[in-house]
Amino acid sequence: MAALELDHGSSGRRAEGPGWARLELEIPSDVDCIEEVVEVVRDECMAFNFPERYCALNIPVALAEALSNAILRGNGEDAGKSVLVRVSVDRRELVLEVRDEGGGFELQDYLIDPTRPEELMREDGRGLFLMRALMDRVERFDDGGNVVRLTLRRP
Amino acid sequence: MSFSIQKQDEVVVVEVEGQLIVGNRQELKQKVLDELDAGERKFLIDFSQTGYIDSSGLGVLVSLSKKIREQGGELRLANLNEDLKTLFELTKLDTLFHIADTRERAMEAF
Repeated sequence: MAALELDHGSSGRRAEGPGWARLELEIPSDVDCIEEVVEVVRDECMAFNFPERYCALNIPVALAEALSNAILRGNGEDAGKSVLVRVSVDRRELVLEVRDEGGGFELQDYLIDPTRPEELMREDGRGLFLMRALMDRVERFDDGGNVVRLTLRRP
Repeated sequence: MSFSIQKQDEVVVVEVEGQLIVGNRQELKQKVLDELDAGERKFLIDFSQTGYIDSSGLGVLVSLSKKIREQGGELRLANLNEDLKTLFELTKLDTLFHIADTRERAMEAF
């Protein structure tokens, strides 16, 4: 894998083959890292001719949500903890895995519908809703750390 | 990403350049609240230079809208591109805000 040059103390590697690319990024628990990671992933998806709408809306927003959850909730912005992002993209789909060092959570515990009239004035509670709305699949599992996996298929 | 604030007639116009996300939402919130504390009541946020907005950015807009209304004012939004419009429609926040296609339209009858 080839090393990627990243700011904010992040590091990354990239490998590619015919019709696929893989990236592994490790970032500190700092929300200022989010934009750069989103940009790297978006550029990769643009190179694989994902639709413009996906590159401008679905991917940036869903990934930004997963990253901020990992940094703020999973790692509690602890400078000693990092977030690992695995990206796999090919002609069929994009798979994003965001891994933090927190204790994890159950997706079914966060089923609030923030679009209900009585919830509309909430300031929070839209993160998982947006991930679900913008991705084809949202999963969470433990692999020694807490992982959220987002899958988006090309139309 | 940055925010610029200017006064147009009686309206405080805020331009959001770049993303409105968890890393900079507090800066926007503070700038608007400072103007509210200074007595301003009419606010317009112009998104013509904005990329994407995350849930915490949306949350700050809801929070500001509430605070401004409590003071008898109003927050309007303008120049959302098609992707941002979709984001507001998905979250049904398009029903909460006065959203105009252009800054001029937003300024009408403010």
